[in-house]
Amino acid sequence: MGNTRRLFLILVPYSWLLLLFLVPFAIVLKISLSDSALAIPPYTPTLDLSAGWAGIKALFADFDFENYAWLAEDNLYWKAYLSSLWIAALSTLLALMVGFPIAYGMARAPEEWRPTLMMLVILPFWTSFLIRVYSWIGILGQNGYLNQLLEWLGLIDEPLIILNTPIAVYIGIVYTYLPFMVLPIYATLEKLDADLLEAAEDLGCSRFQAFWLVTFPLSRPGVIAGCFLVFIPVVGEFVIPSLLGGSKTLMIGKVLWDEFFANRDWPVASAVAVLLLLILIIPIVLFQRQQQRQQEAEQ
Amino acid sequence: MSRDAAKARGEVFAPWLDENAEPLIRFDRVTKKFGDFVAIDDLSIDIYEREFFALLGPSGCGKTTLMRMLAGFETPTTGKIMLAGKNIGPIPANKRPVNMMFQSYALFPHLTVADNIAFGLKRSDMPKDQIAARVDEMLGLVQLKKFGGRKPHQISGGQRQRVALARALAKSPKLLLLDEPLAALDRKLREETQFELMDIQEKLGTTFVIVTHDQEEAMTVASRVAVMDHGQLIQVATPEAIYETPNSRYVADFIGDINLIEGAVKSVARDIAEISWAESMEPLRATAPEGLTKGANCCFAIRPEKVSISAERPEKAANALPGKVIDIGYLGNMSTYHVELANGQMVKAQVPNQNRLSRHAFTWEDAVWVSFTATAGLVLTA
Repeated sequence: MGNTRRLFLILVPYSWLLLLFLVPFAIVLKISLSDSALAIPPYTPTLDLSAGWAGIKALFADFDFENYAWLAEDNLYWKAYLSSLWIAALSTLLALMVGFPIAYGMARAPEEWRPTLMMLVILPFWTSFLIRVYSWIGILGQNGYLNQLLEWLGLIDEPLIILNTPIAVYIGIVYTYLPFMVLPIYATLEKLDADLLEAAEDLGCSRFQAFWLVTFPLSRPGVIAGCFLVFIPVVGEFVIPSLLGGSKTLMIGKVLWDEFFANRDWPVASAVAVLLLLILIIPIVLFQRQQQRQQEAEQ
Repeated sequence: MSRDAAKARGEVFAPWLDENAEPLIRFDRVTKKFGDFVAIDDLSIDIYEREFFALLGPSGCGKTTLMRMLAGFETPTTGKIMLAGKNIGPIPANKRPVNMMFQSYALFPHLTVADNIAFGLKRSDMPKDQIAARVDEMLGLVQLKKFGGRKPHQISGGQRQRVALARALAKSPKLLLLDEPLAALDRKLREETQFELMDIQEKLGTTFVIVTHDQEEAMTVASRVAVMDHGQLIQVATPEAIYETPNSRYVADFIGDINLIEGAVKSVARDIAEISWAESMEPLRATAPEGLTKGANCCFAIRPEKVSISAERPEKAANALPGKVIDIGYLGNMSTYHVELANGQMVKAQVPNQNRLSRHAFTWEDAVWVSFTATAGLVLTA
């Protein structure tokens, strides 16, 4: 009785995962092994279920790794992968540098302010992500608010060119993903026992040493979680680089989009997607292991 | 001079009685306010080297604030705090030769036991090779040699308490502050640890100031106890003096169990005061404190263990009152009788259970006499 109930409970999430993740992924994988064609859908072979077993066999016989070979041949792709990883790493670092002080300030704020501060961090999620990124175009453009402000202040004579450069991409990414960095760090800092800092001071630490020797190491689980939560989605990000980065910013997400919609080369695009997933599996597994270790340590 | 050596020569450790003794700590008219709230109210006190000094009082009485001012986490609003003749007011917590053992222990969870103990030493100018030796010595002192490599969450509560003690003592502070150090331990372990604390304190000769709300703990470990209320010191004395000669109703009631009977001084003759306390009841006779005047309102206080209970009126007792047994509390080593006197006043009497299997001499509703000598009780006017 107990066993069947437990089995049923496990079955629910697993069947959702199967339906919503594994089946689509299998389709993408299948397309990535196919050839491009001028047809609807724009690839061959297609699965002919009416042919039965012979149809499936014919399908597998037509599969090849041509598209993957193509990804290796054209250096556009691996450059885009590397560039994505680099942009993701740098923006994670930037988000950490901006996010940690915010989280620290929130955790040290008077208790009655904290819900409000938390609200302010979450508030941007209430409007569309796309609209928020568009609004950055208005801010960063040549005649945008930022340039107007700087000119009015007399700090610059010529407008700064920020939009359609990597700088705009970093600004957009850090802005968008900041809450994912702030919230886990805040969660660990908020739990931090204030006695520990007094104990550190009592034992001869300056305020800065106490921060560096106690607060920072104890916030590490939050820092690591925040970094993964920013890094993993940023690698595949395409909205921000295509809206803010112009043609100069090379990111794999953008390449993927172009292959699908500009080139209509679904098989190559699928191969790019499968490779992206494989690349991200490493940090995802590392993240999972870290979370697990954290949970064990807390028990 | 160690306390043991003093004992050997028949001296009692009591530097507070020596007019020439220099105090290690002197609070000089210290007041601490948090906004409008007065946490410490114009308080002065001297604490001497090698003392085990207990600050005792209910929560909110200011004892923790007093300790935090010694540690350097709070600064006095007015007044001076002197440590070894130096005003420590402007010295920040990390520069004071004072260490604190926190109630929560505040062990660093990311460091091992040994690294926790070494934490303070690494901030000092001690050479690296000596630090390891010192950590080892401290681990030996608290009997945790085998546990140096463990993390705080891998040891028991009692062991954590000892790590916290070792960490606070590692820098050989002039003064060790203990904030409710044993509150998190269960009763049995707490009693053992009290004696361990005393042993360590005697061995090292460090001055200890302990904050506690547990009067038994204060009485057990301390050389002197300061009873506090509303930011003021009510009485500062040895545990014996606090228990036997409390200076006020507050102290008498706070420390141990006591019968308090309100009354007025009827007469004072040859050290003996007669206190009238209820119509139709015989006046109570007790040793009169100096300066007691006739007609003054007072309170007669007597500890339950000093009250005898008998079936017949004892012939020679200075005080004897008839009553009726209402309740009997069996505590194992003794029994407490609640006796209601003729006018409704309840008096507690404690009788040791000396014989195993003997039945209680009295039972509920029995008519009995409670009696006590003239020196057993106290007349309190404060």
